Amino acid sequence: MTLATTADDAMPVPKARAWTRERVAGTMLLGLWAAVFAALAAYLVAAWNPELFSRWAPAYLSGLGTTMLLVVISTLLGAILSVPVAWGRMAKNPVARFLAYCWVYFFRGTPLLAQTFLIYYGAGSFSGWLQEHGLWFFFREAWNCAILAFTLNTSAYQAEILRGAIQSVPKGQWEGAASLGLHTVQTLRKVIMPQALIVALRPYGNEVVLMIKSSAVVALITVPDLMGQTRLAFSRSFDFQTYIWAALIYLAVVEALRHGVDWIERRITRHLKR
Amino acid sequence: MQSALTLLSWGPEGWLDDIFYGAYITVSLALATLPLGLLIGFFVALAKNSEEPTLRLAGNIYTTIFRGLPELLTLFLIYFGAQTGIQSLVKLIRPDAMIEVNSFVSGMVALGVVLSSYASEVFLSAFRAIPRGQYEGGYSIGLSGFQTMRLVVLPQLIRIALPGLANLWLVLLLNTALVSAIGLSDILRQAGIAARVTREPFLFFGLATLIYLGLAVISSIGVRQVERAVGRSEGTR
Repeated sequence: MTLATTADDAMPVPKARAWTRERVAGTMLLGLWAAVFAALAAYLVAAWNPELFSRWAPAYLSGLGTTMLLVVISTLLGAILSVPVAWGRMAKNPVARFLAYCWVYFFRGTPLLAQTFLIYYGAGSFSGWLQEHGLWFFFREAWNCAILAFTLNTSAYQAEILRGAIQSVPKGQWEGAASLGLHTVQTLRKVIMPQALIVALRPYGNEVVLMIKSSAVVALITVPDLMGQTRLAFSRSFDFQTYIWAALIYLAVVEALRHGVDWIERRITRHLKR
Repeated sequence: MQSALTLLSWGPEGWLDDIFYGAYITVSLALATLPLGLLIGFFVALAKNSEEPTLRLAGNIYTTIFRGLPELLTLFLIYFGAQTGIQSLVKLIRPDAMIEVNSFVSGMVALGVVLSSYASEVFLSAFRAIPRGQYEGGYSIGLSGFQTMRLVVLPQLIRIALPGLANLWLVLLLNTALVSAIGLSDILRQAGIAARVTREPFLFFGLATLIYLGLAVISSIGVRQVERAVGRSEGTR
C-alpha cells in the first residue's frame, strides 16, 4: 500500500448527497409547507386591521387566562380526586374495584362535550331541588359546571396514569420496604412514589396538553375562554384571521408545554443515564 | 307535562327516532373518517420513518400542527376557512352566490387530519419495532421495495399497531361529538334539540351520553374480536 492511498483513506472527500426520489419528494413537500406559511403570513399582513387588533387583543389575553385557570384548577382538583379512584382500581375489595372501573370507563368512554352539557344543561332539570338545597348558585354558573365536568373527566384519566405508574414499580421494592419495617403510607411516600412519578411525568404532561386542547369546548357553554373570545370576535367581524390568531396562540402554548415537559424529564432522569 | 316514556317513544310523539338518526350520523361520520385518517397517517409515518431528513421534517411539521391545535378549533378552521376561501373564489365569477360548505365533509376532513396526526405516531413506533432484517430478507429474495412493504412489513406492522389504532378509534368516536357545533345532526345536537323543545335536558343529554357509552362498549367488543382474529393468524404462522 502506497503512502498516497492511505492519505486518501484517512481523508475521504465528502460525497455529494444524491437527488434520490425521497429527497425530491421531501424537498417538494417542504416547499409546499413553506408556501403555506408564506401565504399565511402574507394573508395576516394583508388583513392586518389595527382597529380589530386593539379591540380584541385584550379579550384574547383574558381568554387565554381563563383557559389556563380552568386547566390548572381542574387538573389539580382532578389529581386529588384521582387518588381514591386509583386506589379503588388496585384494591382487593371487589366492590371498590368495580365502582372505580365504572367511574373510569364512564368518563373515558363518553365525550367530554356530552358530559359538560349533561352537567350544565342537565342541572336545569333539577333546578327546584337544587334551589331547595342551596346548590343552585353553583350550577347556575357555566364556569362552575365547566370546572366540575373537567375535574371529573380528568380524574378518570389521571387515576389510570397513577395506577400505571405505581404498578410499573417492581414488587421487590414493596417487599424491601416491608422488610425494613416501613408501613404502607411510608412505603408509598418514600419508596414507590419517587420512582413512579418519573414514569408518570410524560403521561401527566400529555394529559395537561389534552386538557388545554379539550378546554376549547367550554366555549360552547358560554364560558369566555380563548376559544369563546375567538368565536365572539369572528361572529362580530366575520374576519377569518380571528381563528388564525387563536390557532397560533394555542400552538405556541402547547408546544411550550411539550418542550417544558421534555426538559423536566431530561433533568430528573439524569441519574439513570450513562 | 308528558311522561318520560312518551318522550322516549319511537314516532311523532317521542324523540327516540330522532336521536337514533343522530346516532346513525355519528357512526357514519366516524366510519367515513377512519380510512381517510389511517391512510394519511400511514403516509405521514412513512415520511417520518424515512432516512431522508427533508421528508422527516415535512412529516413532523404536519404532526406538530394538527396534534397541537384543539380539535374544535381545527374543525372551525376547516369549516369557516373553506367557506371563506371558496366564497372569495366564487365571488370573482358570480358576485351574488352564497356558498354553504357541507358540514359532514368538513367534519370528516377535520377529524381525519387530527386522527392521521395521532395515527402517524402509532404507525411510526410500529415501524421502529420491525427489525431491519425483515427488509433485508425481503430484498434478498428478490422482492421490490413496494412488494417488501406489502408482503413482509405491512402484515407485521398492522399487528403491532392494532392496540394503538383501536384506542384512536375510541378517541375518534368521542371527537365526533364536536361536529354538533357546526350544525351536523349528530347524537348530541339531536339531544340538544329534544332537550330544548321538551324542557327535559337531563333526560336527553343523559340518553345521549349513554348512547356514546354503548357505542364505546360495542367498539371494545369489536376490537377484541379483531385482535383475536389477528392473534390467531400469528399463532398459525
